Amino acid sequence: MKSFELARPTSLDEAIDLLPKGRGPAEIDDARPLAGGQDILTEMKDYLITPKRLVDLAGVAGLDAYQSAPDLVLGSLTRLARIAADPQIALHHRALSIAAESVASVQIRNQATLGGNLCQRPRCWYYRNESVPCIKKGGAECFAESGLNKYNAIFGGGPSYIVHPSDCATALVLLDATVTKRGPRGESRMPLEQFFTLPSEGSVVRENVLKANEILVQVEVPAPKPGWTSTYLKFKERESFDFAMSAVALSARIEGDTIAEARMVLGAVAPIPWRAGEAESFLAGKPNTHATWKEAAEIALAQAEPLEHNGYKVPLTKGLIQKALRELSGGESK
Amino acid sequence: MRLLELEINGDRLHVAAPPHWTLLEVLRYELGLTGTKQGCDKGDCGACTVLVDGKPQLSCLMLGSAAQGHAITTIEGLLPAHRAQGGAGADPVQDAFDRCGALQCGFCQPGMMLSAKALLSENPTPTSTDIKHALSGNLCRCTGYTQILEAALLAATKTEEVL
Ligand SMILES: Cc1cc2nc3c(=O)[nH]c(=O)nc-3n(C[C@H](O)[C@H](O)[C@H](O)COP(=O)(O)OP(=O)(O)OC[C@H]3O[C@@H](n4cnc5c(N)ncnc54)[C@H](O)[C@@H]3O)c2cc1C
Ligand code: FES
Ligand code: FES
Repeated sequence: MKSFELARPTSLDEAIDLLPKGRGPAEIDDARPLAGGQDILTEMKDYLITPKRLVDLAGVAGLDAYQSAPDLVLGSLTRLARIAADPQIALHHRALSIAAESVASVQIRNQATLGGNLCQRPRCWYYRNESVPCIKKGGAECFAESGLNKYNAIFGGGPSYIVHPSDCATALVLLDATVTKRGPRGESRMPLEQFFTLPSEGSVVRENVLKANEILVQVEVPAPKPGWTSTYLKFKERESFDFAMSAVALSARIEGDTIAEARMVLGAVAPIPWRAGEAESFLAGKPNTHATWKEAAEIALAQAEPLEHNGYKVPLTKGLIQKALRELSGGESK
Repeated sequence: MRLLELEINGDRLHVAAPPHWTLLEVLRYELGLTGTKQGCDKGDCGACTVLVDGKPQLSCLMLGSAAQGHAITTIEGLLPAHRAQGGAGADPVQDAFDRCGALQCGFCQPGMMLSAKALLSENPTPTSTDIKHALSGNLCRCTGYTQILEAALLAATKTEEVL
């Protein structure tokens, strides 16, 4: 890893002041925020980025809010292990609890923060390879589009085909979370769903709306509406720990034999947490039967555009959707 | 260089290290505590696991400065801590790994034992599932894990009946 200046500010304004003012690629590499370090240090060890300064957020006041469920307030420095261990979160926001517990290993969850999890960079192996000048690093081409794309996007791809790696992001978009960010011009709030950006919309070298000198302050999750329950299903290639190959975050209000309402977000299939809006509309008011689950899964994947090596994500995700619906129905197929 | 004030295995130490050095590098290359292993150096293997205030964390993904203000336990600290508490022989976890032959090359062992230690401090009567979960961030490329699981169970019961 290349050496850098380690700044340890104590206030948000001081931290923001230590971050780059410009927006060009050169300025962005001047300084970066450091939270738990579980992602950024691996990027620096691989020389994907070589910031001249790291701005350590650990001592910054105002990033450590923690209000447990049902109305959740999670400061960006909240450790994933704390979220996973909170019984109130497990009770009221089950999808988030499962997602946080599914991230990486025990050791990493003890150190990783929620803010860092949401702002982590993609895992696409072309991006993670120092010698590949891919579009995510300011190059001209996405090598995954016609290359080895087993782990890449089936929705929302182009010009980059990364998938968003964060488990918590998928669960938190499902739970209608709001984020607060702060920059030189003060604080603003927005739905988490609008925080993430497709490569075709925002800057292709970023995955969200944050500017280089903006800091994610906290995440808020409203109490679940009466009767709603949620779950998170993650499929990974090995059992111990891994990133998702596909994931489904699902919440629903089931009344007797009817799915009154449902919400669905797919993970690891697109550059952002992928809202399955058409499947949600389809499910509203439908009989809670296996045939309904199957059709919802077909609808959710109808627009998928697999690349050469990731076609398996289509049936895999359909299967996860049906499994998630069965789980929220108490395991019974009618 | 940066002067760090660290608490390692109960000792307060002052050590100078460049700001980009990880805790792992400070331990191995400044302090000579080579029990903590450098495997992948990127979070994948768990060989560099140390306890930070009793919780397992990866010293390869932690800057030296981030260790300040926390009690760090490395594998070298288990025996002295056990003896200081009036224990005889080896620390029960180390003893159980030894008895069960839970190692071959030994590279994963310090991290594996510290993860097991942290689990047992939190949950003295873990099930096999609890143990598998707690050790799932530690890779072993030699043993096939069976004896490691047995060792953790033995350390938990402190009897040989489980074998
Ligand atoms: C072996 C391994 C396995 C993993 N498996 C998974 C997995 O299964 N699922 C998953 O979701 N993740 C996984 N990860 C990623 C890991 O969970 C995240 O990297 C971690 O949560 C990042 O949090 P952090 O606090 O360590 O962030 P850091 O590494 O400190 O920061 C990550 C990025 O976010 C920026 N940042 C951090 N905080 C803020 C803030 N408050 N405001 C603005 N920018 C900020 C940093 O500048 C940096 O670019 C894995 C990582 C490793 C090494
Ligand atoms: S050396 Fe730290 S996880 Fe492999
Ligand atoms: S004994 Fe060789 S890696 Fe575990």
